[in-house]
Amino acid sequence: MSDRRAQWQWLVALSPLIAVAAALAAGAVFIAAIGEKPLEIYALLFREAFGTGYGLGQTLFRATPLLFTGLAVALAFRAGLFNVGVEGQLYVGGFAAALAGAYLPLPGPLLGVAAVLAAGLAGAAWGAIPGALKARFGAHEVINTIMLNFIAFSLVSWAGRAVFLPATVHTRDVGLGAQLPRLDTFVPALRGAPVNVSLLLGLVLALVVALLLFRTRLGYELRAVGQNASAAEYGGVSIGHAQMLAMALSGALAGLGGSNFVLGYKHYFELGFSGGAGFIGIAVALLGRNHPSGVIVASLFFGALAYGGLVVNQRVPRELVEVLMALVILFAICTRPLLERAARRWA
Amino acid sequence: MSTPHVTLRGITRRFGALVANDRVTLELPPGEIHALVGENGAGKSTLMKVLFGLLQPDEGEIVVDGRNVRFADPQAAMRHGLGMVHQHFMLVDTLTVAENVTLGRETQARFGLLAPGDAEREVAALAERHRLPVDPKARISQLSVGAQQRVEILKALYRGARVLILDEPTAVLTPQEVDELFAVLRALVAEGVSIVLITHKLAEVKALASRVTVLRGGKVAGSAMVADTSIERMAELMVGHVPAPLTERSHRAPGAPLLEVQGLEVRDARHLPAVRDVSFAVRSGEIVGIAGVEGNGQHELIECLAGLCPPARGAVRIAGVAVSGHSAREHRAAGLAHIPSDRLHRGLVPDMSLAENLVLGLQRRPDIGTGPWLGGHTLEDASRARLQEYDVRPPDPRAFAGRLSGGNQQKLIAARELTQGAKAILAAHPTRGVDLGAIDFIHRRLLAERDAGRAVLLVSSELSEILALSDRILVLYEGRIVHETTPAATDERTLGLHMTGRASHTDAPLPPRNGTPHASGGLA
Ligand SMILES: Nc1ncnc2c1ncn2[C@@H]1O[C@H](COP(=O)(O)OP(=O)(O)OP(=O)(O)O)[C@@H](O)[C@H]1O
Ligand SMILES: [Mg+2]
Repeated sequence: MSDRRAQWQWLVALSPLIAVAAALAAGAVFIAAIGEKPLEIYALLFREAFGTGYGLGQTLFRATPLLFTGLAVALAFRAGLFNVGVEGQLYVGGFAAALAGAYLPLPGPLLGVAAVLAAGLAGAAWGAIPGALKARFGAHEVINTIMLNFIAFSLVSWAGRAVFLPATVHTRDVGLGAQLPRLDTFVPALRGAPVNVSLLLGLVLALVVALLLFRTRLGYELRAVGQNASAAEYGGVSIGHAQMLAMALSGALAGLGGSNFVLGYKHYFELGFSGGAGFIGIAVALLGRNHPSGVIVASLFFGALAYGGLVVNQRVPRELVEVLMALVILFAICTRPLLERAARRWA
Repeated sequence: MSTPHVTLRGITRRFGALVANDRVTLELPPGEIHALVGENGAGKSTLMKVLFGLLQPDEGEIVVDGRNVRFADPQAAMRHGLGMVHQHFMLVDTLTVAENVTLGRETQARFGLLAPGDAEREVAALAERHRLPVDPKARISQLSVGAQQRVEILKALYRGARVLILDEPTAVLTPQEVDELFAVLRALVAEGVSIVLITHKLAEVKALASRVTVLRGGKVAGSAMVADTSIERMAELMVGHVPAPLTERSHRAPGAPLLEVQGLEVRDARHLPAVRDVSFAVRSGEIVGIAGVEGNGQHELIECLAGLCPPARGAVRIAGVAVSGHSAREHRAAGLAHIPSDRLHRGLVPDMSLAENLVLGLQRRPDIGTGPWLGGHTLEDASRARLQEYDVRPPDPRAFAGRLSGGNQQKLIAARELTQGAKAILAAHPTRGVDLGAIDFIHRRLLAERDAGRAVLLVSSELSEILALSDRILVLYEGRIVHETTPAATDERTLGLHMTGRASHTDAPLPPRNGTPHASGGLA
């Protein structure tokens, strides 16, 4: 029976994969219901997403913002906070990057650095607000981050009127120095795909987050607060400071994600550019088990769904991909607890 | 429902390579108290979790009234009349007593609505019948540990438990509460209920149980009728030898005061004064014991001295540094170590490794880690020797603290707080839930710290512990220090009188509030 317990433990460890498999299976039912062949559709989807250099580049491009927002959610989660505000933080980050890149009188690469920093700082500030409200008044961060999402959208729309080009909903282009190079300039195989240097920034940040959480004094304190706040307090950690800092760092990660679209792709800010990447970031963190390496894999998966979904669009409706994403989230939430319960019961 | 006859036969349960229970057999006839004893990590809690359906056995069977059963979960065990009060309580803090007791079994009024009044009346009646006094309307967070335990017992009885498993129920109780609990248990047994009692106190086994089973390293080391055995024999079976009594302690004059408290007032969660105008000093090379019935301000005093709640009035100095009103971090930086009374709530992060838990509170110290870095192999390597020395089992730096047995968690905290070179040590119930050998070890370590010139403030509900370790004893009653004495000048009975405010003031005049001459002056 010990062997059986070991098997169950394996299943629990593999629960993200099982969740994905279950979601694909459930999605297959939908595909069959509209008279298509599920296996064929899935094969097409993943072949397009990974099979060609261009497809891979597109997948990576779509995975990039999810990597940032997934890291943002995961970091906050480790400190015991549920940051539902990544969408808003991403949004203000993108706006700040566009303004800094378009208006700061800085030469060449300095402008790029400034624009990226602006994105991070704006996101950090937007994340710090609910962090401070939580630390100071104990106000629940879920409610406050949701509210701040709405405020971010409205505030940026309003402020945007002053800077948008006439008859458009986007800003003017950022300076050349702030335009992040596309990866196809270094890797010809990716030709034509908009994946750009912010992907590399995201990967570096994943490493930074991992080191921060698991190898530094600060990360230790954040995790202690997340896992047992009253023991952390006993250990001399100021819970309020830790929560505020975690939210600011989380917001910074989300804000930096704005660089992908604004600095690396369109070179301007456009209303609604974030397109739900913040919300999908929650799913990415969940599926990636709040670990940076898991987040990398999960963002890649969701990026593939997003791009592959566009391609299979001719044969199944666009909404299918959204249903599929929602199913993955649903299964990601329930699979692990269900497996754990079963493991306790049967082994 | 009549009490079933329960037998555990050849139970084996493994955790990875570790065999927590090794072919254990245990007999529970109706109307008997069966004591289960053994060292920390011997497998007592594991065995009872198997019986209660919380863990599945790898081998062996559970037989109820002659029939083989399998408990997939606690609900199944409850259906067979089993109930369990865990080592660490499982109550919902924010709910009332009545809500906790009836949780999952709410009596419904019409239209599926809850009828809180009914539940409260029902619980009150049950409490009355079993003489387990609690206020059904009180919230769990407001209750003393003893009262929370009564709620746990009521919860089991409400679900119709006829076989009651109590995992170290007396570890957290005051001597008076222990007497009350035993009276309740005897009454239950008289009604035919059978009880499994896990304890580290062999005197309790003698006083209450009719049968005893000793576990050692997961195996049954022996089982006997209590009448046919002795405390010495049981201790020998548990640890393989009888621990030697505490060595003669050295006498040395205490040095400078390292923990000074002046005119301290601390409010409790409801903003009522819990500690009133308390002044004392603990000097280098001195252990000062605080005796008192639980709930007379000890908890608030310790939390305040640790920097976990600001005082309403008064001053605290650690090694000469004024720290009152400052953060816990500053208290630690001034040289304070603290064994908290609630190990799971305060003392540990269950989901962190042993190595990580060994630096809780020290995570900012320059001599631990380098620069901003902390963690990884260096932390693990640094912790191995201490885990060995304090006999934390398993001594695996990577194991999660939450997986340790209760006593081993306590040893882990002692290993952290008694080895950090602090100047002053707050030790609240330092040996709660640890076995005889570990009690002895922690006592020796506390005395060694004292001899090394630390100031130790000891809070314990065990008067024997206070008497054995302290150089001076302060009695706390209703938040005030009402008596000061030395172990040589008093005994348990006299202390008991002072602790309950019954000592007549004419033949035992109150000492001055300032514990020592050193305490006065200089504290603003
Ligand atoms: N979930 C778990 N995973 C891994 N090991 C475990 C787990 N639960 C218990 N153990 C191990 O099993 C052994 C027995 O633990 P158990 O809690 O039964 O001891 P105990 O006799 O109740 O000790 P104590 O007196 O300290 O409470 C210990 O070595 C413990 O570390
Ligand atoms: Mg135990």
